[in-house]
Amino acid sequence: MFKPGIWSGALLGAVLTAGVAVAAGPADYEIVDGGIPKALTAQPGNAENGREVAINRKLGNCLACHAVTKLSDQPYHGEIGPPLDGAATRWSEAELRLIVVNSKKVFEGTMMPGFHTTEGLNRVAEKFEGKTILSAQDVEDVVAFLMTLNEE
Amino acid sequence: MKTYPAPEGHPLSEIISGYEFRTPETQALQDDDFENPAFLWVDQGEELWNTADGTAGKACADCHGNASESMKMVGATFPKWDAKNNRPVNIELQINQCRTEQMGADAWKYESSEMIGMTSFVRTQSRGEPVNVDFSEGDMEAWKAKGKDLYYTRFGQLDLACSNCHEDNYGNQIRSDLLSQGQSNGFPTYRLKWQGVGTLHRRFKGCMDQVRAKPYKRGSDEFLALEVYLAYRGVGLPVEAPALRN
Ligand code: HEC
Ligand code: HEC
Ligand code: HEC
Repeated sequence: MFKPGIWSGALLGAVLTAGVAVAAGPADYEIVDGGIPKALTAQPGNAENGREVAINRKLGNCLACHAVTKLSDQPYHGEIGPPLDGAATRWSEAELRLIVVNSKKVFEGTMMPGFHTTEGLNRVAEKFEGKTILSAQDVEDVVAFLMTLNEE
Repeated sequence: MKTYPAPEGHPLSEIISGYEFRTPETQALQDDDFENPAFLWVDQGEELWNTADGTAGKACADCHGNASESMKMVGATFPKWDAKNNRPVNIELQINQCRTEQMGADAWKYESSEMIGMTSFVRTQSRGEPVNVDFSEGDMEAWKAKGKDLYYTRFGQLDLACSNCHEDNYGNQIRSDLLSQGQSNGFPTYRLKWQGVGTLHRRFKGCMDQVRAKPYKRGSDEFLALEVYLAYRGVGLPVEAPALRN
């Protein structure tokens, strides 16, 4: 059946992605075998920056829910998710990238937010509408940081 | 930690006041009426209780007499079915109904200091009384069901529902905050962060802002439905208004 409404909606979406919203919306990626093998950006992830993404309350704020021994210089680690120590021994880089980009694809119904997706969101505040929590580069950086967590 | 048996059909087996999750210092401030800053608002409410206002030239006291008697049970029974308007009312809405319909006075703004003062004063009369809301009246069950829907709906860029934090994770640390069951028995509540007393709906807004959601309006049907449902989740907890929180 021909649905003109959906058509023009898709067109409008394409126009917006090509124009203004390009920095804010999610980057293209492909899920292969439960992971995202290809980096989201050309610039390799920087673990030092990733450390900051994990700590910063306005960025990843991973410490809200996870404890990380490597970040024990920071006060207050969360108790909601599992400690991230040894994450790099449990998951491949591709899997970690998918967990950060859209955790719901790995853990069904999880409380962990998808940090680089706008899929299925409801009543997002205007300021954040159509935007992802982390930029593609933030994702690469935090994944690089997670890859340094190789001790249980 | 003091726990109470949950009402029938409740998802948890025991219910716990937000008080139990706060530090001994914060609890001590709440426990001492002379130290608890919320009593500035309660005192303001008491003064307004006895002050005539509006075209009828009446004060609350003219109709309701001594609040420590007339309001003793009242704070524990809201929100309540309002047959005349065919909807539930919370204490704030009831107060404005009395102001506009009985006193010929202007409605107070939802988060005005007068409204917070009066709500605090009325609720404080019920301190220690177990929350006892009647869900059998009118369409209370339908409102409760609507509130329940909202409680389990994920909102905002962070995609979290009330239940994620207050049902699945109470007792767990979320960074520097210790999560409680998100009960309403302490409201209106003085928050150190607010440097003042705020309504339950202000707290709802705060929790929605926190997950980067577009909050509903204070006094809206959505927040009222949530309030009805939260009352159910806390049936049996003692009213603790005015509580103190960080
Ligand atoms: C609101 C809570 C929350 C936040 C914020 C959060 N997570 Fe999670 N995370 C979880 C939960 C819960 C799990 C467990 C998965 C499940 O639901 O079964 C998890 C699982 C994980 C896992 C897999 C666990 C393992 O090591 O086996 C990784 C890796 C992870 N998170 C990384 C992150 C990173 C990186 C961030 C920040 C960019 C982050 N999380 C932010 C809640 C959160
Ligand atoms: C991301 C986590 C999170 C979500 C989601 C959340 N809250 Fe909260 N809420 C908190 C935190 C943190 C506090 C302060 C500590 C506490 O009392 O739990 C709080 C406090 C409260 C309180 C005050 C409890 C008291 O004793 O003073 C109420 C009521 C409440 N929340 C209701 C809700 C409702 C209703 C929703 C859904 C619309 C909701 N919360 C969603 C984190 C959350
Ligand atoms: C002229 C009389 C009159 C005045 C003045 C008045 N009320 Fe009322 N009030 C009533 C009546 C009658 C009811 C019964 C419910 C209704 O019809 O709204 C009521 C009900 C209430 C209730 C609910 C009691 C219950 O048992 O559920 C509260 C709370 C209340 N009033 C508070 C106030 C406050 C606070 C003021 C002053 C700002 C006030 N009222 C002023 C007549 C009055």
